[in-house]
Amino acid sequence: MPNLSDLKNRIASVKSTRKITKAMQMVASAKLRRAQDAAQAGRPYAERFNAVMAGLAASVGASEGGPKLLTGTGSDQTQLLVVMTAERGLCGGFNSNIVKLARMAAKQLLAEGKTVKILTVGKKGRESLKREFGTLLVDHVDLSDVKRVGYDNASAIAQNVLHRFDAGEFDVAKIFYSEFGSVVNQIPTELQVIPAKFEAATDEGTVYDYEPSEEGILADLLPRSVATQIFTALLENAASEQGARMSAMDNATRNAGEMIDKLTIQYNRSRQAKITNELIEIISGAEAL
Amino acid sequence: MADSLNFDLVSPERSLASFEATSVQLPGSEGDMTAMANHEPVLTTLRPGILSVSAAGGVNEYVVTGGFAEVTAQGVTVIAERAMAKADVTQEDMDGIVVGAAEAVERASEDAQEAARKVQSDVAALASALGLNAA
Repeated sequence: MPNLSDLKNRIASVKSTRKITKAMQMVASAKLRRAQDAAQAGRPYAERFNAVMAGLAASVGASEGGPKLLTGTGSDQTQLLVVMTAERGLCGGFNSNIVKLARMAAKQLLAEGKTVKILTVGKKGRESLKREFGTLLVDHVDLSDVKRVGYDNASAIAQNVLHRFDAGEFDVAKIFYSEFGSVVNQIPTELQVIPAKFEAATDEGTVYDYEPSEEGILADLLPRSVATQIFTALLENAASEQGARMSAMDNATRNAGEMIDKLTIQYNRSRQAKITNELIEIISGAEAL
Repeated sequence: MADSLNFDLVSPERSLASFEATSVQLPGSEGDMTAMANHEPVLTTLRPGILSVSAAGGVNEYVVTGGFAEVTAQGVTVIAERAMAKADVTQEDMDGIVVGAAEAVERASEDAQEAARKVQSDVAALASALGLNAA
């Protein structure tokens, strides 16, 4: 049986752990609200943008010689996987779920004889992919200094990706991120951004005049659409991360509470046993006289 | 009302404005245009410039750095990469935009050089229209 002062120390240490996890949970829930607001605020833009793109893509895309960002390079030999994770851990399975999905996709592509390149956004994903695919990592975007992801961050990542595409470094680009379902439910998602895929337009009634030409607009908008998709993914990721952290820390706080209860009972029992023991010693000592 | 249209200005980060307007003047990449109610549906890209919206309460002016606008008979939706109320634009913002445009020129491939240079000159024009330094 551990002695009393050891138990007391352990209880104190678990209590301070609980304070920390509780604080982290509260911070995460405040940040989650902000992240959710940001995701909400970004939605109208993404929706409008995608609706317009879908309409344009439907009318132009079918023709030969369309922009490469839409029609592809005619090959899917080299694939770029953009894996977006958090900069920090302690958020449950958030990072590992995204990495797991990306790893599965990479393995499958490699098994099919494709060339895989990986671009990581966020430190955590890089750390866990480095072990297995160290040679495939082409670049890393560090967002650890960024407090709130802005469109500029997404735009920079998109520029990076587009630059590589223009240089012919890959044929297909996919992004991996986590979609925010709810606080307890984040869905790791894979989305192809190059060549662009748009949901079929729902009976677009209006016929637009285009200025400049349809092709001109499309060429102008396609790179932006990559940025928009990345931005949406970053926002979803930010909300998911905080949601995952919140529920992970909630669990940790609860577990710490349970542990304190258990340790306290043990402490009280030991103390009781010690007192009883001492009493017996005193009584038997007195009897012996 | 037949003589008003819905005006929406959305940026990637949030929706900036949404109200009833009587006419909207757009800095289209092929030239300025003014949209009023029952305008023919048009989709146009925008150059860096000033977007001016006339409404019952007066004229609202915004600075946009590009994006596109969707004009329908019912309204105008401006989808701007970056947009600010004209009065809020500071020299610092302008510097950022100018630097961004200059970088785009450097980065642009040969085919895109001309377009990037045009953006740069549009930015310079915008700066002088606002009475700010473009250097």
